[in-house]
Order: sequence, then C-alpha cells, then structure tokens
Amino acid sequence: MNNLKTFTNGLIKENPIFTLLLGMCPTLGVTSSATNGLGMGLATAFVLIMSNLVVALIKNLIPDKVRIPSFIVVIATFVTIVEMTMQAYVPSLFESLGLFIPLIVVNCIVLGRAEAFASKNNPISSILDGAGMGIGFTLGLVILGATREFLGSGKIFNANIYPEDFGMLVFVLAPGAFIALGFLIAIINKMKQTA
Amino acid sequence: MTYVLIIISAIFVNNIVLSQFLGICPFLGVSKRISTAIGMTGAVTFVMVIATIVTYLVQKLILDPYSIGYLQTISFILIIAALVQLVEIILKKVSPPLYQALGVFLPLITTNCAILGVAIMTILKDYNLIKAVVFSASTAVGFGLALVLFAGIREQLDLVDLPKGMKGTPIALIVAGLLALAFMGFAGLA
Repeated sequence: MNNLKTFTNGLIKENPIFTLLLGMCPTLGVTSSATNGLGMGLATAFVLIMSNLVVALIKNLIPDKVRIPSFIVVIATFVTIVEMTMQAYVPSLFESLGLFIPLIVVNCIVLGRAEAFASKNNPISSILDGAGMGIGFTLGLVILGATREFLGSGKIFNANIYPEDFGMLVFVLAPGAFIALGFLIAIINKMKQTA
Repeated sequence: MTYVLIIISAIFVNNIVLSQFLGICPFLGVSKRISTAIGMTGAVTFVMVIATIVTYLVQKLILDPYSIGYLQTISFILIIAALVQLVEIILKKVSPPLYQALGVFLPLITTNCAILGVAIMTILKDYNLIKAVVFSASTAVGFGLALVLFAGIREQLDLVDLPKGMKGTPIALIVAGLLALAFMGFAGLA
C-alpha cells in the first residue's frame, strides 16, 4: 500500500512538470512533437530510476560533506550510458534531442529526487519513486508535445489529424512552448480548484 | 566581423533563454525583482566565462589527445561544480562586497543548465579560445537581457487582476512566450 502511494505520488499529485515545475529546460526545449517528448521522458525516467537505486544503495558509504558531488557523478554516469545507447540504436532521435541529452545531468528532478528521497529511503521504494516521477515526467512531456504538435502542424505522433496548412506554426517554435505550457498549467490549476 | 556576428547572434537571435530554452529554472525562479535578476546575471556571467575557458582547455588538452571524449559530460559537470565552489571561496577572500552581491546566487549556478550547455556548445561549434570567450560572454549578456526584461514585466504583473487559475506561473510562462515572440523578430539580423 505504502509502496503504491510512493509510486503514484509522482504521477499526479507531485507531477514534476505541472505541479513541482522542475526540469523546465528539457520540458520546453524538446517538446516540439509528441515523439520527441516521449523519447526524452523515457531517457530521463531511466536515469531517474537507476540513479535513485544506486544512491539508495551507497548512501551509507558516502560522507555527508561530499554527498552532492557523488550524486552528480552517479547521475552523469547513467546519462553517459543513455547518450551512447541512443547514439547507437536511435540516431534520429539522438539528432533531434541533441544538446538536451547530456543536459539531463543538470535536470533538477534527478538530483532533487536523489537528495530528497533516495538518500533517506531503502532501494525498493527508491526505485518506485524514480519510476513514478519518471513516468509522471514522461506523461507531462507527451501531453505538452502532443498539444504543440496538434496545434502547430495538425498531427499527433506523426499521424495527420487535420491538414497541416491550417496549423499555427508558432506552437512548434520557441514562443509556443511557453504559451502552451502556461495554458496547460492554468487548466490544471482550474481543475484542482473545482475538484 | 565574425566576432560581431557571434555577439549579435548570441545576444538577440539565438537568445539562450528565449530561443534555446537553457537556464529556464533561474529565469522563472529569480525573476520576481529586478535587483535579484541583476545579481544573478552578474554571477552567471562570471561563472559562464570562466567555466567555458576551463572546460575548453580540458577538452583540447586532455579529452581529445587521449580520445576519451565520452567522459565529456562527467568531467564538465564536475569541473563546473568545483569551479563554483572555488569562485565562492576566492570571492569571499578577495572581494567581500562582490561576494555580498553575488554570494547567494553562486550555489544555484551548479545546476544551471545554461553553463553546461554553453560549455558543450562551444565544443560542438568548434570555436577557438578567443571566440569561445566572446561567445560565452555575449551569451551571458543575452541571458541577463532576457532575465532583466522579464523581471521588469513580472514586477508589474503583481498589480494585474487575473483569473485565479492564471495567477503565478501560468501567466509568467505566457509573458515569457510573448517575449520570445518579440525576440523572434531579431531572426533576420543574422
């Protein structure tokens, strides 16, 4: 029961994007399409789960003073693994995500969960927390990516919904990212108030 | 001429915050007052230029000759983290007034993706050392410009009557979107 709560916590109640507002750079930067959002979300989720697991395992070995640098090294290791795997197996996704893959290292969610959760809990609940947060983050990225792709080019996951000529190009470009996320958060706030 | 192009492109056309989406966390986090925005800009400029120089030298003198480029992410983030600590200690000793002004912002910078982003971009663009310095300094100016403009607008936003759900972050994001729209007008310059 408790484990289930740890897992669902990240999905809705503390969704990293819509509620905690963490990890904004990749959120805005890569969500020009739902596919990119999904790829980025899964990569981040993998790093989150693995780094939470390792941090929970080694937490008693690390002196308190060098805690943060050690966490960063653990995270950077997994980011490098993701980077190399993506480059080898999904080069097209690697191209379109570009700079944002190495930047998972400085994503506040990953370090935040390592520090706030994994360094105080056992490995199993740390994995669940990482999975919950990772899936919550992926969900947020896919929703934002799908919204932008739909409004901007009339597609979702590359499937045509309406002719591309009617799309508002601005939503695929930089300003649309800010505006779409702003309205999505406003809608979620509104739903929370009425619920 | 290339230098002028690099400067204009980094400040206006490819503004780090509004068109590259780097450094959004401090952009949303410390933009409630103009004074804190200016302090943050100072700290970011300082660290960004130093970090770019050091990571550039590490890449060219250590990672490239021994072909261990895959260690780039790990080594860069460690260098930046160590550098921020070092800058903090040195500033405290050498220039207390500057430390007073920038001190609180320094620890936040380690997780500012703009710093790591610029360090990696410099390598990707294959700049030489002078171009790297010019590029990082003007990127920092662009960051400051966006941050201060945004803080100015947000100070006024406190007085605006808004629907409840729009208050706080949502309206801030929409304002940022409009600002980004305005910056798109510079696209023809480069």
